[in-house]
Amino acid sequence: MAGFNKVVSSYEEAMAGLTDNMTVISGGFGLCGIPENLISEIKRKGTKGLTLVSNNCGVDDFGLGVLLPDRQIKKIVASYVGENAEFERQMMSGELDVELTPQGTLAEKMRAGGAGIPAFYTATGVGTPVAIGKDERQFNGRDYILEEAITGDFAIVKAWKADKYGNLVFRRTARNFNPMAATAGKITVVEVEEIVEPGELNPDEIHTPGIYVNRLIQGTFEKRIEQRTTRPTNNK
Amino acid sequence: MALSRDQIAQRVARELQDGFYVNLGIGIPTLVANFVPGGIEVMLQSENGLLGMGQFPTEAEIDADLINAGKQTVTMAIGASIFDSAESFAMIRGGHVDLTVLGAFEVDVNGNIASYMIPGKLIKGMGGAMDLVAGADNIIVTMTHASKHGDSKLLSNCSLPLTGKGCIKKVLTDLAFIEIKEGKFHLLERAPGVSVDEIVKLTEGELVVPTNVPEMQF
Repeated sequence: MAGFNKVVSSYEEAMAGLTDNMTVISGGFGLCGIPENLISEIKRKGTKGLTLVSNNCGVDDFGLGVLLPDRQIKKIVASYVGENAEFERQMMSGELDVELTPQGTLAEKMRAGGAGIPAFYTATGVGTPVAIGKDERQFNGRDYILEEAITGDFAIVKAWKADKYGNLVFRRTARNFNPMAATAGKITVVEVEEIVEPGELNPDEIHTPGIYVNRLIQGTFEKRIEQRTTRPTNNK
Repeated sequence: MALSRDQIAQRVARELQDGFYVNLGIGIPTLVANFVPGGIEVMLQSENGLLGMGQFPTEAEIDADLINAGKQTVTMAIGASIFDSAESFAMIRGGHVDLTVLGAFEVDVNGNIASYMIPGKLIKGMGGAMDLVAGADNIIVTMTHASKHGDSKLLSNCSLPLTGKGCIKKVLTDLAFIEIKEGKFHLLERAPGVSVDEIVKLTEGELVVPTNVPEMQF
């Protein structure tokens, strides 16, 4: 690796240094925009005791769900964890620690973590189980709870395109949590569909600047669809 | 007759105004998009990062990178924009969304809502619902008035863990349109052919009934 070139040549290299009991922040919403090959590499490595921070936990055989059978996840911080039978089993039996976090709060926790803001107040969750044990304060007559930022030892991210310097462009709703995750990892690893030369991306159209990115790899993606819904072709 | 799912959606759609940015939850709320009154334009926000959600794609248009908050494949309407999750919830938390429609298990006379968790039974998570109810001023809850066993879902106190506190002002059930204010339910409209008595019987929380309760027209 020379200068600002972030490209690594193998998934093994991409996830080098990930060890047991680390915290990993992952981008993705459902199965959309998930770093599927980086997840597979974590499965292959067999790293255990992980704390995962991700909006969802995949399905039984795809996405972060593949880390469940070998009990690689100790704790997950997520907003929605349906659609996964093994997840439910491990959660109900107490093998898996689940911290349910409202989706907007989760996004903001990552954003704050990456931006060096230790905590923030939000009205989300006031008077609900989410508020238990959290500092409460009124501003302008309204109640807010204090939510702490999240950072990870690793962040794993899926983008559409990157240049070799790690400037990222996302596509459609596969963007979701990825830009925030990218800012919040001590080591941020990004996999993309295409890597181009520096200068080829329009600087005005870069979603995540390369300063947040440590390692970059080009992969091929299955992009599984969770809910395939269509309308008939002739129906306008 | 109790309202059908489509009729609930149809009645909610009459609350839409031209130029509204609207977030529709999963289930019945999603159907509201099918009944947008003629002559008005609304833009649908999907909290996974899309403003200007279009209809479902044709088989040829399916794009794995383009889904809604229910993880369904969708398309983009003309004038759509895409953004990340923090930006999406900045819109929601900052009160920029004009109307939010979502489902619930229970609501109570103090505007509390329980919609995400049945302890020991169903634990899937709140998704964006807690942010939506805390951030929006204008919320309509859609749900059935009572359970299959006849247990009221409009209560003096929610029995399930809350999704939000004191944030619900309007509820449309299969039997009635109800406003919540000053710690009471207020009956605004009834479903066609449903008597006031029937609604009173299935409403556990205190219900204020005016002399004249108009019947919804479809």
